[in-house]
Amino acid sequence: MALHRLSFRLRQTVTHVRSLHTSGCGQQQEATAVESEPEPFSVFRAQENDPACQSEKLIGQYYTLPPAHIKTVFPHGLPPRYQQQIKTFNEACMMVRSPALEVISYLKKTDFSKPAVRYIFYGMKGSGKTMSLCHAVHFCYTQGWLVLHIPDAHLWVKNCKELLPSSYNTSRFDQPLQATEWLRNFRITNEPLLSKIKTKQRYIWTKREFTEEGAALGELVDQGIARVKSSSDVVGAVIKELRLQSGQPESDFRMAVAVDGVNALWGRSTIKKEDKSSVDPEELTLVYNLRKLMKNDWRGFDSMDPFIPVSVPNYSEKEFESCYLYYMDRQWLQHPQSRTEEGKKEIIFLSNKNPSMMDRICAFL
Amino acid sequence: MEYIKKQVEEFDIGKRHLANMMGEDPENFTQEDIDRSIEYLFPSGLFEKKARPLMKHPDQVFPKQRAIQWGEDRRPFHFLFYTGKQSYYTLMHVSTAGSRKSPSSFQNASSPLLPPRVISYSDRHSLSASRWLKKEELEELLVENISIQDYNRFIQLMESLLSMPYCTIEEEFVLRYRQNLEAQSRKQAMPVLERDERGVAFSTADGRRKTSDSTVTLRDCGSGRITINGRDYLQYFPVLQDREQLMFPLQFMGMLGRFDLECTVSGGGRSSQAGALRLAISRGLLSFLSDGEMENMRQAGLLTPDPRVRERKKPGQKKARKKFTWKKR
Repeated sequence: MALHRLSFRLRQTVTHVRSLHTSGCGQQQEATAVESEPEPFSVFRAQENDPACQSEKLIGQYYTLPPAHIKTVFPHGLPPRYQQQIKTFNEACMMVRSPALEVISYLKKTDFSKPAVRYIFYGMKGSGKTMSLCHAVHFCYTQGWLVLHIPDAHLWVKNCKELLPSSYNTSRFDQPLQATEWLRNFRITNEPLLSKIKTKQRYIWTKREFTEEGAALGELVDQGIARVKSSSDVVGAVIKELRLQSGQPESDFRMAVAVDGVNALWGRSTIKKEDKSSVDPEELTLVYNLRKLMKNDWRGFDSMDPFIPVSVPNYSEKEFESCYLYYMDRQWLQHPQSRTEEGKKEIIFLSNKNPSMMDRICAFL
Repeated sequence: MEYIKKQVEEFDIGKRHLANMMGEDPENFTQEDIDRSIEYLFPSGLFEKKARPLMKHPDQVFPKQRAIQWGEDRRPFHFLFYTGKQSYYTLMHVSTAGSRKSPSSFQNASSPLLPPRVISYSDRHSLSASRWLKKEELEELLVENISIQDYNRFIQLMESLLSMPYCTIEEEFVLRYRQNLEAQSRKQAMPVLERDERGVAFSTADGRRKTSDSTVTLRDCGSGRITINGRDYLQYFPVLQDREQLMFPLQFMGMLGRFDLECTVSGGGRSSQAGALRLAISRGLLSFLSDGEMENMRQAGLLTPDPRVRERKKPGQKKARKKFTWKKR
C-alpha cells in the first residue's frame, strides 16, 4: 500500500534536530486486565484547551476545540468523517497525540532567522495524519500566525471539471473553481492579518483591472474571488507576496504552510486535455505555484529534502483506552457486547488499533 | 450353504497363497494386508472404488440369504411365517410380552411400598453414548425388508420399554439394538507444542480451503500481533469480514490478546485465504487446549475442513449449473 505523506512546512527553522520519538507502538504488552476504570470521565479530558500549553503528560487525552475556532481555522481542513462526528457529538474533541505535540514543540522553538524547515507526517492509511496536521494548524492559529492550509492537494489534481489556459503563461492550465474556493477559505481563516500585509508589486489582471502597490492583501484576495477567470493567477500572486515578505526580518507576522496529500504535487494527475493526453501536474498553475512555495526544482519528491519526518503510528494502549472511554461517554457504543471486556478485545483485534478502522467499526455498534 | 462353505475354504487357501507370495506370515495375515497386497498386485486406474479388484471374506461379499423356511412336508418352521416379515414380528412380540419377565411383575414381587424408580437417560452412560440402529442396520440384522412405518413402530416400542420402571433389567436386551456413538472423543491430529530458545511455547499448523494453503505459527507471547506474509493483517485484509474469520477461533476460546500469529498464505481468493487461515489457527490452537475445549471447537465446526470446491463446467450447459436458454421449439 502506498504511503501517503503530508507535509507541514515552516518559514522558520529549528535550531537543533531532535531525535525522532515515536510513541509506543502499544503492541508490546498485553492488555493485562485493563478494566474500564470507574474514575470520572474527566480523566480523559484534558484541562488545557489551548494547544500551546499542552504538555506530554496529556497524551491520550481529549481536548475540545472551541466552535468559533473551527469555523475560522478549518472551513475546509477537517476530514469529512470527523466533521460528521462533530455534528453528531455536538463538540469537536481531538486527541492529543505525540506526533502533533512533537511538531508543536519544534514550532515553539523555531529560530526565525534561518530558512524554513519542513516536517512531514507519514504513516499508514488511517493512522491520524490529517488530524495531527489540523492539531498543529490550530496551534499556529492560536499563536496568531498566518496559516496557509491546503486541505487536500489530491483534489486539485484529480477530477477537474474546468480547465482554462492560463492568461499569464499560455503553456499552463488554470483551475478556476478550486482556486476561488481556496481563496475564500483563505480569507475566512486569516481575516485579521490580511489587512496588515501590503503588496509590493503591481499586478495587472486585464486591460482595466489592476492592483496597485501597497494595497492590502485582502483586496487581492477579493479580486481573485470576484474575478473567477484569473483566480489561479491571484493565488500565484498571493503566494509570491507571502514568500517574499515573510522572509524579511522586518515582517511582523509568521507564516505556516500546511499541505495535506503533498505527494499529489508530484504524482500523476487524472486530468486530460481535450485531445485525451494527460496533463502533468507541472502544467497546472496552482500546482506550479505551490511547488515554488515548497522551494524545489521540479525534480520530484527528493527536492523536498531536507525535511524532518514524523511518523504517525496507530493508537497505543493508552490512547485506545481513552478513545474507547470517549465513545462510551458519548453513548456511541450501543451494542451491549461492546461495553464488555470481551467486546473491547474484539474491537482491538478487528481494528488493530488503527484510528480510522476503529471509528468505522464503532460506527455501527 | 455348502456353496458358501466352499467359498470360505477357497478364501482361506487363497489368503495363505497370497501371504506366501508377498513373503509375509500366513498365520497373521489380516484383511488390511490382503487389501494392500491386492492393490499392489492388481493396480487399477478406475475411479469407482467398488469396481476395483476385491478379495474379502465370503460373508461380506455374498448377501445374507435365508435358508429354506419350510420342511419336506412344506410346512413352515416358524409360526409367524405367513406374516411375511417373520423375524420383525418375532422381535416385536418378544419386546412386548415375550419370553422375558415383564417389569410390572417385578414391581409386584418386591414390596409395593417402594416407589418405582424411573431411570432417566442421563443416569445411564451406556444409553447416552449410543443411538438406535438405523433402518438399514435393522434390516441387515433381521435379514428382511422393513417399511418405514414398521421401523418407527419398533423405535416407539423400544422407547416405551425404557420409560417403564425397572428397565435396567432389559438393558442388555435393548443394548443389542443400539449402536455406539464413536465420535464423542474422536481424536484429531493435534500439532506438537514446541518451545523455542526463549522458552516461549509455540505450535505450527496448516490449513487448506478451495485452492488456498496456509501455515500458521502461534506463539504464546502475550500480545495480539498478527503478521500475514510479512505484512500487517490490517493491510492484507482490508475487509472486516476476513478479519472476523481470523478472530473467530481465538474469540471462541477467549484467547484474543494472548497469541502472536505468524502466517503465510498463498493461492485462492480473499475469502478462501481467510478460511484457510481460520482452519490453520484453530488447529494450531488445539495444542494449547484441553479435551473438553477441543470437543467444543469441533462442534462449532472450526476444525472441519470445508470440502466445497469449484464445480466443473459441464458440456451442454453454460456453467456448472446454468443451462442454455430453453426453447420450446
